[in-house]
Amino acid sequence: MTKRHRNVLFITLLATLHLFVIFPGFFAPYGYSTQDRELPFAPPSRLYFMDTAGNFHARPFVYSWQVRAESNNGYEEDRTQRHALRIFSTGSPYVVVGGWTSNLHLFGVEAPGRIFLFGTDDFGRDEFSRVLYGGRISLFAGLFGATVALLAGGFAGVVSGYCGKWIDALMMRLVELFLTLPWLYLLLAVRAVLPLRIKTTDAFLLLVGLVGLVGWARPARLIRGIVLTAKERNFVMAARAMGASNLHILRKHVLPQTYGTLLTMAALLVPQFILAEVTLSFLGLGVGEPTPSWGNLLAELQKYSVLSSYWWMYLPAAALVLLFMTYHWASVALQEELAAVA
Amino acid sequence: MLRTSVGALLATILVISLMPAPAAAHPQDYAVVKESAGQPGGRLVVALRSEPKTLNPIVSVDATSREVIGAMTSDLVHINHQTQRTEPALAKSWTVSSGGRKYTMQLRHGLRFSDGAPFTSDDVVFSFQLYLDENLHSPQRDLLVLGDKPIVVRSIDPYTVDFELAKPYGPAERIFDGLAMMPKHLLEKAYREGKLAQLWGPNVRPEEIAGLGAFRLKEYVAGERMVLERNPYYWKADSHHNALPYLSTLTFVFVPTEDAQVIKFQSGETQVLERASADNFNLLQKDAKARRQCLSDLGPGLEFLFLLFNMNSLDAAKSGDIVAKQAWFRDLRFRQAVSLAMDRKGMARLVYNGRATPIWGNVTPGNKLWLNTNLPHPERSIDQAKALLQSAGYSWNPEGALLDSQKRRVTFTILVSSSNAQRAKVATIAQDDLKQLGMDVQVVPTEFRSLVDRVLNTKQYEVVLMNLVNGDVDPTPEMNLWLSSGETHLWDLGEAKPATAWEAEVDKLMEAQMTTPHYAERKQLYDRVQDLTARNLPFIFLLSPNILVGAQAAVGNFRPGILEPYALWNADQLFIRAPEGAQCQ
Repeated sequence: MTKRHRNVLFITLLATLHLFVIFPGFFAPYGYSTQDRELPFAPPSRLYFMDTAGNFHARPFVYSWQVRAESNNGYEEDRTQRHALRIFSTGSPYVVVGGWTSNLHLFGVEAPGRIFLFGTDDFGRDEFSRVLYGGRISLFAGLFGATVALLAGGFAGVVSGYCGKWIDALMMRLVELFLTLPWLYLLLAVRAVLPLRIKTTDAFLLLVGLVGLVGWARPARLIRGIVLTAKERNFVMAARAMGASNLHILRKHVLPQTYGTLLTMAALLVPQFILAEVTLSFLGLGVGEPTPSWGNLLAELQKYSVLSSYWWMYLPAAALVLLFMTYHWASVALQEELAAVA
Repeated sequence: MLRTSVGALLATILVISLMPAPAAAHPQDYAVVKESAGQPGGRLVVALRSEPKTLNPIVSVDATSREVIGAMTSDLVHINHQTQRTEPALAKSWTVSSGGRKYTMQLRHGLRFSDGAPFTSDDVVFSFQLYLDENLHSPQRDLLVLGDKPIVVRSIDPYTVDFELAKPYGPAERIFDGLAMMPKHLLEKAYREGKLAQLWGPNVRPEEIAGLGAFRLKEYVAGERMVLERNPYYWKADSHHNALPYLSTLTFVFVPTEDAQVIKFQSGETQVLERASADNFNLLQKDAKARRQCLSDLGPGLEFLFLLFNMNSLDAAKSGDIVAKQAWFRDLRFRQAVSLAMDRKGMARLVYNGRATPIWGNVTPGNKLWLNTNLPHPERSIDQAKALLQSAGYSWNPEGALLDSQKRRVTFTILVSSSNAQRAKVATIAQDDLKQLGMDVQVVPTEFRSLVDRVLNTKQYEVVLMNLVNGDVDPTPEMNLWLSSGETHLWDLGEAKPATAWEAEVDKLMEAQMTTPHYAERKQLYDRVQDLTARNLPFIFLLSPNILVGAQAAVGNFRPGILEPYALWNADQLFIRAPEGAQCQ
């Protein structure tokens, strides 16, 4: 596989992961808040091709979980009834975008069976569906936070680098101030003064926006550096000598040089802000029940009994790692592609 | 918290008799505990959730302080946590006269404080002086004031004390339980100078503090541990006339989270686990045998979980949002519908692994002597709940959302303490149950102190999921909750007069049970209170969690009970034996 192929692969993988979490309703077999109060902490369903009699079935199937007969702890498979896997099955309705609803799911099993790819949580909710829906919040937090930070940081960096003098000095002192700001305490303080009645999703957006704003300092410094060197380049000097306006120079000569850095920066910042969401939710500042996010899915692991008994509750972390790795590879790939273009 | 009384719950193994011990061996008037003898020596380590804030019994309010103080002090009459009945402690006997208003107590002879100073009736009179002093704001004061008249204490001779109450008192000598006797010789000067409330912080030097409990202070390391050592002057002995306690030291280590406490117990670093959550209890059970640990599920305790609707009279200008919603909350049919929709069994199973009991009234099944067994237990029914709402003028829009008679969407928030994961889970289930009625409910985890402040002071809340723990089985300490003028009459604080007819009846019943000396009559009165509260639902009662405790098999005489402290109430009799062959009791 050539470097080129590999890069395309990583970028495609990243796009696919996003597709999964942008349309969770289709990929998830169940709604994120559908409880099955008979099945708390059920382990992941196993897919079978062979039944108990040793017959092969081309269509894979699952068995339902039932509480183990001899003790009220743990589950065993009810081998008396097979539930075949169905592709493009119909199930609970969900909203695709806006007011458009659908009940088509990528996969499901025949009722009354249920399929839990990642097991269930303490309310018997399908963990796989929750990871997909949770990704929507987390990823949105990442993209939203990174956009805010890059816009604010980019603007400040360009102004600071291009204008120089006292504006530059002032901006950079401000940057230093923000870099030393303990953002976690800032967020705790902001959350504390918000009224109770505010919807948790609104509060969360506000917090992520704040994290983004506070995060403007690093991109600003970086962009300033690039602008500083860019404006001293010969062709910029030449343009200036020929009487080009500041706006023209910025648009045609200086800004294009920052694009590559901005894009790479974005690929690095998005995971950082996803992690910020995880931290916020882990501390109970994120979205509230029953809406999932990767952070509050992982917050379950704060409990010793969950940590030591139910391995499938770690799976949101695996999703997180996969996404971060893909972002990392994609950022490397992007850099290489951009270098090649240049 | 509240304290409530009497109840023979578990088989009585323990009997304290008043046999005077042979004079030569024991100069003191020992109380002899008849039971399997233990071995002297040994150290016991227990984890506490927080540090004790004070060792001063007069001003202490928090549970951890009271637990440590409990091991260092003694009362005149004590409630046995296993039988839930009273037994003689520092008073070896008493007589009741004047129609139940007057108690004459005989103190044990020759008792000494842990610093060696003698204990006499002067110390008793002094102690009550402290509890009754309004400037000291002792939380026990309220219980000692009947009909606006404080209890009158008189010393007859060094070993006889008279107590006189303004009215006969239903719970009788239970009034004396938990009132630690204080050393006059150490405290009198500070009391005269008005410095008593500041005395005996956790940093106190061991020689400046003394009590009549089984243990005395040895060492305190802030943030880490508090070590108590055996009190050589303690007033109890076992059947072989060995002086109690057996343990040479009792160490409290400070471990802030329950999970960390469980890990320490599992690894054997602590010997007793005072309270475990159901999840952790199940986890410990898996390898309890191999680790030689004894775990006990004592069944429902005296704690109850409930939903509280804000029915306080509020200023419509300031809290318009809440006032608008109170029209729903004040409607009995609305509350009945909420109660019918609650999946109590599901909550018990999902949150407590089945180690909790659904309840429909304020007295938990753990309180066998006072429980009204005739209360109805309506089965969960979403259909019936919807029918009730419909009859009360509610309707549903095409999307299934509930609308009130003015076509406003029914939506409210449930506050829950953010530090309690189990309660937050119960709230999530309640939220899902109410969604089935078309109610749009939001669960808001809130810091515990801010939640208490909202409930008791600012009254800025719509619905709260909270719990109360009774300190005793007797109903009298619950007066504050049920009297319409009570300080913790949570659903409608500070009523000038009873707001409803049933609250007026509860007021009368509670006053009557407090001054009636006979249990059967009191039970009848209190049954009616339970009936009224279950019918009128000032709270939506949900669950009573089981008390789950554990000890290493090496701990002897481990006999937990459902009154706090669950495991250490008989610390004076606990001992450490060789773990080999040790059997769980």
